Amino acid sequence: MASSAAVGLTRNGGGIGLNITTRAIQRGLGAGLLAAALAVMWLPFWVMIVTSFQDTAHVLAGQTHPLWAWPLSGANYQQLFNQLPMVRYLANSSLVAMATTVGHVIVASMAGYAFARLRFAGREALFFAVLLTLMIPPQVNLVPLFLLMKQLGWVDTYWALIVPGWFGGFGVFLFRQWFTGFPPELEEAARLDGCSPWQVFTLIALPLAVPVVVTLALFVFIATWNSFTWPLVVTFSDEVRTLPLGLAALKDSFREAINWPLLMSAATTATLPVAGLFLLGQRAFLDGILAGGVKE
Amino acid sequence: VGLAVFTYGPSALSLTLSGFKWDLLNPPRWVGSANYQTLIHDPLFWKIAANTAGFVASVAVLEAVLALAIAVWIQQLGTHRQWLKGVARTAVFLPYITPMVAMTLVFGWLYDGDQGLLNQALMALHLISAPIAWLQDPHWAMPSVIALEVWKNVGYNVVLLMAGLQALPEPVLEAATLDGASGWPRLVKVVLPMLSPTVLLVSMMTLIHALQAFDAIYLLTQGGPQHATAVVVFWVFQQAFAFYKAGLASALAYVLFVVIMAITAVQWRLRRRWVLHETEAASA
Repeated sequence: MASSAAVGLTRNGGGIGLNITTRAIQRGLGAGLLAAALAVMWLPFWVMIVTSFQDTAHVLAGQTHPLWAWPLSGANYQQLFNQLPMVRYLANSSLVAMATTVGHVIVASMAGYAFARLRFAGREALFFAVLLTLMIPPQVNLVPLFLLMKQLGWVDTYWALIVPGWFGGFGVFLFRQWFTGFPPELEEAARLDGCSPWQVFTLIALPLAVPVVVTLALFVFIATWNSFTWPLVVTFSDEVRTLPLGLAALKDSFREAINWPLLMSAATTATLPVAGLFLLGQRAFLDGILAGGVKE
Repeated sequence: VGLAVFTYGPSALSLTLSGFKWDLLNPPRWVGSANYQTLIHDPLFWKIAANTAGFVASVAVLEAVLALAIAVWIQQLGTHRQWLKGVARTAVFLPYITPMVAMTLVFGWLYDGDQGLLNQALMALHLISAPIAWLQDPHWAMPSVIALEVWKNVGYNVVLLMAGLQALPEPVLEAATLDGASGWPRLVKVVLPMLSPTVLLVSMMTLIHALQAFDAIYLLTQGGPQHATAVVVFWVFQQAFAFYKAGLASALAYVLFVVIMAITAVQWRLRRRWVLHETEAASA
């Protein structure tokens, strides 16, 4: 409404000053509403963190303000890390996410490089086959992959959590695009200087692909850290289970009254590492999303 | 040559892995469509299909509309407030990368019948007189799960739509402004039609993503109450790992696969048209 009024005023010639103030108000209003919308979106995070610092007894008795409470207490975090296998879950999650990330980047970079540079029969068909795997929903693989893990004797081990995560068509695609877009002269020169293909790849090509490495590593790390279904299927014991499963187990352990503040401290613990990582590598991450979502 | 062996090892392995899946579809002793027939004659299957369709459609529509509103909103902040745009985009996107399990706990707390913030707020505003057990009420369970799903993933769409908005041809927008179209009319008559292919593509991706929803349902409702929130992937999981019916679960998973393939096929057609659209716009 306000905007059409502004248009009308400029068309009539006069009221330029008025037009500017209308637009300023409009902008301020837009920014204000946007801020309000963002506040609503962030409310769950706020509640999560505030609740995690509150006293359980007070919360259960309904004595605390839902959005703010003083004094803050670190008791939930103490309980979380002292009495529960949370440290183990954290260590497992870190190990699994890191090992998956490293393996995934190695496999995808090599495969992507091969698709971009090596000539061999059936290259296009094979690449298409790799892309095709992107379309298979992971749930289709859930049962067969579980059976495979059973065959390998990997059920309830780190192997089952890590190795299947090494293979993904998206990374291969990203690397292939990157290497294809690079002029091959540098690599040819290196080869003339006596580098083996392997040296060309590790010494020349891979260092040039650092942006893709960063993007893909962020993707894989965050996805592995957050993943729930697959670890739920292939692991049973606390020794190997990861943080999301730990959170679920913690919630299931309450029969009568749920200890929400303790749960919120666990949720905060699980969220902070990936949130921090994302904030650090935001640009690389968003670039990857756009590459996968739009340019594909 | 050594490289070829090294690289091909892993990618061939992943290919054979995906090849294996088809062979393992049915336990070797049965063949044929027995599992699919069981599915078709199971009323619960149709209930789940309907649930899934409702869930997916609501998520896709809500995410598209909300993401569009937020993206346009952020975009109109103007070029001189670039940092603000960045902050807003990050803020909206952050839920997307958080662990779904952690967020289901948070929403479980917000939805809590006695102390949950949602009930407290609604009662303070006198919108409801008694607390609602959001996740235990057959009417409210599904909308509650949908709200979480939309909240968590809308940022992904916002990022894509913002990129789409930025990619709109500047001359056309300027021409529209010069012709006196600004603000709302410009948005509706010029920007949205040009953006519609992106919106469609984004919605397709949302559909595919929503079809695979599992974590929130497993943790918040276990498909209940009275199967009100049972969707396809949750059921695949239950059949396979709670009832040990691997064959039936795989059959169900393949139904899902076919649906996703169909959506993808539509998406590819749209994408081709979209590329055409882009080149036309560039030459115009």
